[in-house]
Amino acid sequence: MSARDSILGKIRATMGSPASNDDRRKAVLERLADTPTGIIPGRAKLPKAEQVELFCEMAEQFGATLARVSTYGEVAGEVSGYLRARNLPAAIRMGADERLKKAGWETEKNLELRYGLSDGGDLAGVSHATAGIAETGTVAMMSGQDNPTTINFLPEHHIVVIKAADIKGDMESVWAMVRKKQGKGEMPRALNLITGPSRSGDIEQTILLGAHGPRALHVIVVE
Amino acid sequence: MELTANKFKANASKALVDAQLQKALGNVEKGFIGKRQKAADALPEFDALRDNARDIKNHTLAHLDLYLEEYERKVTAAGGHVHWAETAEDARRIVLDICKKANARTVTKGKSMITEEIALNDHLSANGIEPVETDLGEYIIQLRGEHPSHIIAPAVHLNKEQVEGDFRRVHTHLAKDRDLTEPVSLLSEAREVLRQRYFAADVGITGANFLIAETGSSVIVTNEGNGDLTQTLGKVHVVVASIEKIVPTLEDTSQILRVLARSATGQDMSVYTTFSTGPKREEDPDGPDEYHVVLLDNGRSAMLGTEYQDMLRCIRCGACMNHCPVYHAVGGHAYGSVYPGPMGAVLTPSLNGIDETGQLPNASTFCGRCEAVCPMRIPLPKMMRHWREREFERNLTPAVARYGLKAWAFFAKRPKLYRFAASLGMPLLSLFGGTSRRFHALPFAGGWTRYRDLPAPEGRTFQQAWAQREALKQEAGH
Repeated sequence: MSARDSILGKIRATMGSPASNDDRRKAVLERLADTPTGIIPGRAKLPKAEQVELFCEMAEQFGATLARVSTYGEVAGEVSGYLRARNLPAAIRMGADERLKKAGWETEKNLELRYGLSDGGDLAGVSHATAGIAETGTVAMMSGQDNPTTINFLPEHHIVVIKAADIKGDMESVWAMVRKKQGKGEMPRALNLITGPSRSGDIEQTILLGAHGPRALHVIVVE
Repeated sequence: MELTANKFKANASKALVDAQLQKALGNVEKGFIGKRQKAADALPEFDALRDNARDIKNHTLAHLDLYLEEYERKVTAAGGHVHWAETAEDARRIVLDICKKANARTVTKGKSMITEEIALNDHLSANGIEPVETDLGEYIIQLRGEHPSHIIAPAVHLNKEQVEGDFRRVHTHLAKDRDLTEPVSLLSEAREVLRQRYFAADVGITGANFLIAETGSSVIVTNEGNGDLTQTLGKVHVVVASIEKIVPTLEDTSQILRVLARSATGQDMSVYTTFSTGPKREEDPDGPDEYHVVLLDNGRSAMLGTEYQDMLRCIRCGACMNHCPVYHAVGGHAYGSVYPGPMGAVLTPSLNGIDETGQLPNASTFCGRCEAVCPMRIPLPKMMRHWREREFERNLTPAVARYGLKAWAFFAKRPKLYRFAASLGMPLLSLFGGTSRRFHALPFAGGWTRYRDLPAPEGRTFQQAWAQREALKQEAGH
């Protein structure tokens, strides 16, 4: 007998009569089809405008810095300003996301734009978030050419652009968006929920920012 | 690691007089309890979410075979491979085979208790493959040749001076006069050293906090980002996870995530919650070429349908040990097993048998804090009592305790005799109590009185005091 059959057999042996298996299968298929929503915290059920406010508030509380601009055309200026203020080289890494292409880079003549995955040599990376979660100030990032996963983790500074309309109250709304994009039951190769910059408490339980991932997370909300 | 659970008493005695350890253990209470409370208080729905999280896991365990099949189907459809392992040995062999096929010389590892359980690092090393732990705490204890003393804070038993010593000993390529007095400089040094290792590694191995049947995704929940670098940069990603990590849907995962980080570190969300589904796809610029999941049973299926089934709801947040007075006093290594603290005191006997681990369910004051804070509402004290019963049935309890219990049971079953004996004994003990009103030593109770005095009784039995109190109340009533 294969290990698979042996393990499944041992589990089934604890489940009572074989007759109950049809009912159990029905329950499983129903749950997977219906994906019932559980308890949504009250603070995730705010009206739209307040959700964006809460998102910004929570993201800052968990260590991200925040900027709000009114159009995509202002993003490049904000990115340049961020780099200058921290004395960082004028260079960024980003993927092929169409929305990022319209971010007004032509006005930032001195900014070096690198495209594609990060190889660890970039100090700053720019990604576009799929969604935001107001409840916890979290950004949701989907892997792929548009926003390579390596940009989320290798650069010291991770700059995330997010459309205000994509900021939702709860995590469950993100699943609805992902299902719409990918199809039900399907996921991108990697989906990263990111809440603040990388941190560790492993030395004497003192929280320090900048462990193995980005030392800083900067979120730019486009209204 | 070598199982020394039945040396708990001896280990604990050593731990109590270890000054370095005692200093470090102060960080457990300081670092976790207040933060968890604050996070729980800030979410009015916290307790309702705990109920829901418990119900989700109970539903999953009642349909575990079917959800495992669905999960496997989805992983395979996404281009991943599922391997089933009945024992730790099987899991080690499977992981080694994958590494050998990838011609791996080094593998990076995200933090994972399951690979501790199967003793993977020793097995890889013995076969010429170097495992590199990348979580800061795990990296530190790997340098020291130790094992984690806590399931989410593996190096909580250490002080920063000890870490500095280890880094100076191992990182000999760095300037000798560098300043490492601040924890942040230690963190930066580990970051630099490990960065190179991620790129050099052929295989990245992680555990999983959840396996989602709906999508075939594995989920890791971390703060440092090392787990993500491990699983993104290696050519092959191997997930090692036990069968009870399954949850049905993304929604179910969200429910449990809301209680996980709050219970563990007091965060609303951990920094990185990553859902991985299969290997790199055609249009992907990054990600692993191969994606493997090793599903481990190792005794868990045998817990289903028993009084220990509830333990399979555990999400490894560490809240039980963070709140345990025994853990606070002796730390994780004293338990002599992979999983320390209250959850370990229940799980370890299930995995290794009560004969080898009987001291663990006794390493408890039954104060109930572990159950009170468990996000999955696991009745840990009740299950420790079940293990003590098994231990008693199997004649493993020490003779003095057995005869003591039998003697007590003899009297307890005869209430009149009990009251009579107590009414003789209490005044006698009171008399022997002398002027200090304390006993420094008692026959058969040396283990207890070695560390504390027993206050002498005042002369009356509890029942006498109670009867008098009730009589006084009656009088006052009239």
